[in-house]
Amino acid sequence: MIAEVFGTALFGVPVLAGLLGLLLPAGDGGRARRRRAAALGIAGAAFALADAVFLLLVADDPVEFGVEAVRFGELPVTFGVSLGPAALYVALAVTVVALFVQIYSVGYLHDDPRYAPYAAQISIFTGAMLLVVSAGDLIMLLVGWEVMGVCSYLLIGHDRRLPEAPRAAVKAFLVTRVGDVGFLLGIALLGVSAGSFEISAVLASPPAHLTVALLLILAGVAGKSAQFPLHTWLPDAMAGPTPISALIHAATMVAAGVYVVFRLFPLFARSPGALAVLGVMAAITLLLGALAATAQDDLKRVLAWSTVSQIGYMTGALAVGSPAAALFHLLTHAAFKALLFLAAGAVIHAVGTNLMSRMGGLRPHLPRTFWAFVIGLGALAGLPPLAGFWSKENVLVAAAHAADGEGPAPAWVGWVVWVAGLLGVAITAWYATRLLLRTFFGHARSRTDEWHVGFDDARYERGPGAAHDPPGLMLWPVQLLAIPAALLGLAAFLPGFRSALELEAPHLEVSIVLPLILLAAGAGSSWWLWHTAPGVDPAQALGRWRPLFAAGFRLDDVQDRLVVRPVRALATALRLLDERVVDAAVEGTGTSTTRLGVVLANAHRAALPRAAVAVFAGALVLGVVAAIYGAAS
Amino acid sequence: MTTLAQVLLVSVLAVPALGALVVALLPARHDRGARIVATVFAAVTFVLTVLLVVPDAEYGWFTYTDGPPALLPWIDVSASWVPALGLDFHLGVDGISYPLVVLTGLLTLLCCAYTVSKVPGGGRGRTLAALLLVLEVGILGTFLALDLVLFFIFFEVVLLPMYAVIAGWGGPDRRRAARKFVLYTLFGSLLLLLGVFTVVVAAGTGDLMALTGGTGLSRTVQYVAFALFAVAFAVKAPLWPLHTWLPDAHTEAPTVGSVILAGVLLKMGTYGLIRVGVGVAPLGAAWAAPVLGILAVAAILVGSLVCLRQTELKRLIAYSSVGHMGFVLLGIATLTVTGLQAALIGNVAHGVITGLLFFLAGAIKDRAHTGALADLGGLRETAPRLAGLLAFASIASLGLPGLAGFWGEAFAVVAATERGGPLWITLAVLAAIGGALTAAYFLRLLRRVTHGPASPAVAGFAGVDRPEWLAWSPLVLLALAIGLVPALVLAATADPVAALTGALP
Repeated sequence: MIAEVFGTALFGVPVLAGLLGLLLPAGDGGRARRRRAAALGIAGAAFALADAVFLLLVADDPVEFGVEAVRFGELPVTFGVSLGPAALYVALAVTVVALFVQIYSVGYLHDDPRYAPYAAQISIFTGAMLLVVSAGDLIMLLVGWEVMGVCSYLLIGHDRRLPEAPRAAVKAFLVTRVGDVGFLLGIALLGVSAGSFEISAVLASPPAHLTVALLLILAGVAGKSAQFPLHTWLPDAMAGPTPISALIHAATMVAAGVYVVFRLFPLFARSPGALAVLGVMAAITLLLGALAATAQDDLKRVLAWSTVSQIGYMTGALAVGSPAAALFHLLTHAAFKALLFLAAGAVIHAVGTNLMSRMGGLRPHLPRTFWAFVIGLGALAGLPPLAGFWSKENVLVAAAHAADGEGPAPAWVGWVVWVAGLLGVAITAWYATRLLLRTFFGHARSRTDEWHVGFDDARYERGPGAAHDPPGLMLWPVQLLAIPAALLGLAAFLPGFRSALELEAPHLEVSIVLPLILLAAGAGSSWWLWHTAPGVDPAQALGRWRPLFAAGFRLDDVQDRLVVRPVRALATALRLLDERVVDAAVEGTGTSTTRLGVVLANAHRAALPRAAVAVFAGALVLGVVAAIYGAAS
Repeated sequence: MTTLAQVLLVSVLAVPALGALVVALLPARHDRGARIVATVFAAVTFVLTVLLVVPDAEYGWFTYTDGPPALLPWIDVSASWVPALGLDFHLGVDGISYPLVVLTGLLTLLCCAYTVSKVPGGGRGRTLAALLLVLEVGILGTFLALDLVLFFIFFEVVLLPMYAVIAGWGGPDRRRAARKFVLYTLFGSLLLLLGVFTVVVAAGTGDLMALTGGTGLSRTVQYVAFALFAVAFAVKAPLWPLHTWLPDAHTEAPTVGSVILAGVLLKMGTYGLIRVGVGVAPLGAAWAAPVLGILAVAAILVGSLVCLRQTELKRLIAYSSVGHMGFVLLGIATLTVTGLQAALIGNVAHGVITGLLFFLAGAIKDRAHTGALADLGGLRETAPRLAGLLAFASIASLGLPGLAGFWGEAFAVVAATERGGPLWITLAVLAAIGGALTAAYFLRLLRRVTHGPASPAVAGFAGVDRPEWLAWSPLVLLALAIGLVPALVLAATADPVAALTGALP
């Protein structure tokens, strides 16, 4: 009974807090009103966090229950919760990040008149992700999955002053929704073949066309987790307020896709075809994201592309048959990416711009933020002993094993993921170093009037004094997140944690040398470029590739040409068809009937002699017919 | 023997009829009073419709020798009316009709309450309220009739009051739109009449309880009857390409007219297709199912693509109905229990959500004096609550899981998948793509209307006032409640639907 209540409350309470928060009046309501909204949001996240911790500490067995909610024909839909230890760790990461984001937002949006709905939407967002994590039924999972999409849409479009925000919001929802076409069909196939949508039942009875169903599921995963070719929404989603970026990139949304594959992994393990597609997708995403990150000038866009790339590591781990490594990287990534985004918010708050070309020399002014960045970027690049090192190591080892032909995936998939992963290490180190040097070292760049053209979502104009670390409400979440970003990797040495994730013990063998060399090469070359030409962007070295990388390989244009424009053209054509042909036929029937009526009416309007002749003629015809008829019978 | 439940059943029709009479007879100087009286009658009717769930004391105690019949109402009343025509006054309610009956009661009540304070220009408020009650009689009668001829009569009763509502209180081009509506749907009714008499002549009875399952009808008769029924109901539903009366009627109709039209009137088509089409001519249904499925998916795709290019608020929502009803018809066309149940919940969800959308669109149009998307914009700057409600209704309408619209659409796709085979899988895929297109046009709508800088048209918008909250909040709550607990609608549908599909080949 306790497990049922706490399992349901895990996602129920944040959603409820969010729904209540939406009822609060929007608009600039003064401090009391803001305080209520903030209290509701923070309380929802804090409760969920406490709930997750409680379940992690108390529940010995996985929390599993389900009651039939409704039945469509032979297909029952259950309201079910299934929270194993691994799911609880993910829930923990979600709730920690959500709580910090809520607290941070109080400071970050301190003068936003639409703060109340914003905080409420974060609560619903968190609840929806927790629903995905704890769902024991695919339809329930789909509910959380889509609600998350809508919340991301609402939150990315939150900023009223950015003309690009509504467009980015629509794009985020639509691109993921396109993937969800496949997701829904995949769920339908799995559910229909299993006769139930319960995940345990689905895992037990795979359909005949398993690979097709899984590829359809992967379409949804690619959308949510920003995998090639459906990753295009994520960099644009930077138009959302920075704490929202932290939420989307670290713990919710992009993590959901990886989590779903993790959840359904027993099915994936039976389908080498699906794993191969996943592996190729992962490798492309990993390199594409990393290369695109090298050429960005916008601080948040570097981080966004790095997320695309890091999710590639997770899906790569899944593809090579190591869901544990994927989940481990998901957890460490949640910690360091949340840290990086919140710290980036502090920088943006301090200098009033997102563009690195307008930053520089910030280290003495923002010492704490600087250290947060050092830890976050070190973890991102995989610098030992920070969190990212251990999890990335795990992924690479898993890929190397798969390349040896172990595990469910074909060996070539292992090679592809391994090579891409190694290249990714060097590129990641390169752009992480560039980011750090461009932002915090060198000379402070002079301020001009153009400074405020970037994503100005913080609504802070830089004050007259020098830049400084943010106020406590924003600083504390950053400092606290630095702890897991630095240390979470060491959790791999804890047997309890390892057994929850079914993770292998860390290997400190020869295999770690190669990534470390690549790391040093990447970071070193970036530093050397910066050092030899002070004040020049190391990305200059990319030469003519730079615009291509900066534009994310122009895949937006491809998407526009291949999907958006044809659909628009088709829609225009169909509207014309509907109006000019289908409706015109209907109207035509009406007008021609009227016209026929006019003709007949005119025919009847005749002068007396002609009318008399007509009557006699008619009588004659009738008489003749009658005579013939009579004679015949 | 007349039981209390049977009295209840008859009074569901008698109360609004009496109400219409009373309201129409009240002197003109008590216009507002008359509208309040109409609301009271609508409220009583609504309570009565809800109470129909109380089953007859004897229900469930019958024993059948050869299995239960294909149609077993909870309550039914039967009286001979015109024996010469084989016409009985036979009413009944079961799990299929009950949700629609309650929805009709609710929407009429909300519309009457809305009319108390907001009368659209064009005519007297009390006449409008009386017409709403007459409409209610016709729609409830259609859902309750268990006699084919009676069904037809009620089906027709609806036509003229709706014509009057559009022509009397509508927009600038109202007469043309009303004429188109009435002539087009009359054409459908003609086919329905032909179908009804084909069946009644062949079977010798019009009693739906006897006819359901197709007993006593030859294969040919069933084919002919289903073809006639299908076209007749396709006009009403409407099914592409017989839909073009709808955008005009919706655009010109007053707010309450649009709400009733989209909320329950269209459902007469889909309900008729399930109850009469599939019920009376199952062989015909099985024969025509692929065609119906293809047209339904065409409706989904055409409806949503046309919406992507609409420039007028109400017209866009009207076209969105074409797409949504396409999902309902796809569910019916699969002829599986899953599909029919999806169709039933899709029906109710569409009534709730599109009713709300038309209320909101009407409120926006009344305030801005324009419905052109190009002139609206930045609504959330000047009227955050109204913008929030519009966002909620749009998101519900695009089928967000957790809100009412999801179940019907997702399970229509699941049902098509369940049906299997290349044709139905293709239809499932296309319908799912239609779902994504639905999201596209609703987000486009929101981006145009709510986001961006405030346009002159939305400047100085009044906030949502009390009558509006009163009319809208039940729909908001219902969209959420049905979304979270679909069993609210579907709990009692499993048996009747299974009985219905049991007769299919």
